[in-house]
Amino acid sequence: MQTQATYDYQVVRQFSVMTVIWGIVGMAVGVFIAAQLVWPELNFAEWLHFGRLRPLHTNAVIFAFGGCALMGTSYYVVQRTSHTSLFLPWLASFTFWGWQAVIVLAAVTLPLGITSGKEYAELEWPIDILIAVVWVSYAVVFFGTIAKRKTPHIYVANWFYGAFIIAVALLHIVNSAAMPVGMWKSYSAYAGVQDAMIQWWYGHNAVGFFLTAGFLGIMYYFVPKQVGRPVYSYRLSVVHFWALIFTYMWAGPHHLHYTALPDWTQSLGMAFSLILLAPSWGGMINGIMTLSGAWDKLRTDPILKFLITALSFYGMSTFEGPMMSIKTVNALSHYTDWTIGHVHSGALGWVAMISIGAVYYLLPRLYGKQEMYSVRLITAHFWIATIGIVLYIASMWIAGVMQGLMWRATNPDGTLTYSFVESVKASYPFWTVRLLGGVLFLAGMFIMAYNMFRTMWSGKPFNAPVLAPTAAAH
Amino acid sequence: MSDFVSEFWHYYVAGLTILSLLYCAWVLVSNMSRGKAGPAELHGHVWDEDLQEYNNPLPRWWLYLFWLTLIFSLGYFLLYPALGTSAGRLGWSSKGEYEAEMARAAERYDPIFDKYLKQDLQAVAADPEAQAMGQRLFLTYCAQCHGADARGSRGFPNLADGDWLHGGTPEAIKTTITQGRTGVMPPLGAALGGEGTKDVANYVRSLSGLAHDSLRAQRGREGFAQNCVACHGADGKGNVALGAPNLTDRIWLYGSSEAVIIETISKGRQNQMPAFHDLLGDSKVHLLSAYVLSLSRQQ
Repeated sequence: MQTQATYDYQVVRQFSVMTVIWGIVGMAVGVFIAAQLVWPELNFAEWLHFGRLRPLHTNAVIFAFGGCALMGTSYYVVQRTSHTSLFLPWLASFTFWGWQAVIVLAAVTLPLGITSGKEYAELEWPIDILIAVVWVSYAVVFFGTIAKRKTPHIYVANWFYGAFIIAVALLHIVNSAAMPVGMWKSYSAYAGVQDAMIQWWYGHNAVGFFLTAGFLGIMYYFVPKQVGRPVYSYRLSVVHFWALIFTYMWAGPHHLHYTALPDWTQSLGMAFSLILLAPSWGGMINGIMTLSGAWDKLRTDPILKFLITALSFYGMSTFEGPMMSIKTVNALSHYTDWTIGHVHSGALGWVAMISIGAVYYLLPRLYGKQEMYSVRLITAHFWIATIGIVLYIASMWIAGVMQGLMWRATNPDGTLTYSFVESVKASYPFWTVRLLGGVLFLAGMFIMAYNMFRTMWSGKPFNAPVLAPTAAAH
Repeated sequence: MSDFVSEFWHYYVAGLTILSLLYCAWVLVSNMSRGKAGPAELHGHVWDEDLQEYNNPLPRWWLYLFWLTLIFSLGYFLLYPALGTSAGRLGWSSKGEYEAEMARAAERYDPIFDKYLKQDLQAVAADPEAQAMGQRLFLTYCAQCHGADARGSRGFPNLADGDWLHGGTPEAIKTTITQGRTGVMPPLGAALGGEGTKDVANYVRSLSGLAHDSLRAQRGREGFAQNCVACHGADGKGNVALGAPNLTDRIWLYGSSEAVIIETISKGRQNQMPAFHDLLGDSKVHLLSAYVLSLSRQQ
């Protein structure tokens, strides 16, 4: 047999498998803290307390589950659409082990109560430095591969991956700037309202670039591949890409409505959040319209079900987000479970479903198989996950609006109709339904893990040969 | 922009904002052409065997939606504070809105509360309507510490047991709510030593008839006389002027076990009831005082 150059699939395999593993871990922690809200007695040890596990849940699902999905798929996509193997494969391998080290360190330090206290950026400075090193290495591998591509043009998925990689480096380094006072303690470089603004500039762009731009990169490769049809509109992808990555940077202040943040900053945050609606929907349109002429495939192809349902949830939550950033709506929704529902319609509906779809697409190809061990189990996973999401977000919407209305209800003498604890008591049934939704979604992940291991055991690691670029059809 | 006092920042923010809107508009304008009629054309690149792109024109409804949000934002920026330090045409500010809302509320609700200000606390405490209003205030402002049933918790006094650290007269209760209270028990561990502290703790337990080591209690009497009587009195019955608790009854703010009393004596205690006058004003403090007064009446 002739030796032929192959794509570097090893690192893609590693990240893909860990996507499923960390998905189970992160979502299991989520289910546990949801149970703690229903049964507070479950807060039985300090390192298992809600306040310590909640950041572990968010870090695990965003950066461990989501991060592995993004890094794995991007390494796959950038090679195949550049028609070349990875630039510096050993550095790519370092990003895998470095990222796993970050995750393990997070899983140890957060339950111990070691935290910088910044939401979605809780990890302390030594881990932050490791993240920065891994991330810059990731950028070197990704852009190095782009640089040695064999095609004249850069495929649209890579624009989104590239923007995500650059922006996350910027966000992480600026927001994590801190003065260490010991190995595991530091103080933010910023103070007061500036600190809050930097934090939410980071926080919202973590949503915008980590959880949106990166996953749009996944969408732009895996949807047309799975459908087998061209992307709907090149022009739309240009407009919504440049508008999206530009506008997201402005939206952070909507997390700080009605606070000490100056009025002008709040106004800008709200208006640019509204402007974000169209650029966000551009991605949804481009993904869903790619199906035109092949709608029937949705009936039979469960991977496509995942991908397209993800886009529907993406469209829904990017409509909901701008609406919630309107100050008068925010006055009702802020600090309630509505926000939690919104986040999970994005996180479960969009991020998790598109990742799951992409990993189901990848696994057989990475292990030299035609398809997953069981396609029926993918279908089962899809329905269980979908029902789980619907239970989750519907219960949180109702609970959130109820809480907002209870908190603002007044008696004829101007006093509050409900004390806070009455709103807590009224929330219990909804928290129970939410827990059920989370359990269902987690159960789906276990089905996926079973299907994954059966596929791996029946196949063996396979690295596809590098393809020569095809000339344009006309 | 208090930390950015130079006028430069006004132009920086305002300029950047306008430029950003213009940028979005430019991205749209430069891609607005409808394209040729007929079947969608393919953009002429292929990646990874079969990845291609149509070049369909932007959906019109989507385009109009984008324009609409841009125009709305421009209008919003002109009407509201947004462009640097400009106040916006409407002159709106969150501070102004808050003050106007508070003024409206004062106009509407103050008379309801003020009518009780003329009555003395005993009379208000007997008025069922005032009681209901007082309870609603209590649940909003006091229940976090004292509990919805006012029975307190460890470190937070029970207001319904008829026992008062700072006095239970109507005037004393009102003073407590108006000005707040600070409760301080100094740490005496260094003065008494380990054994001495345990002795005094046993003596303290003996004052209210709790089980104690009588030998230690005997020894502790002297330590008590030297260190504790100034506040708690020679008979241990406390002093409301100082907020020093009565040690001869069965009511314990932090607990009555030997271990807890030893902790209290050796490390001292610090406690704080916040002042509410600035937040609530005269008439609401009056109603709350009457409500709290009535709680112990129900006993």
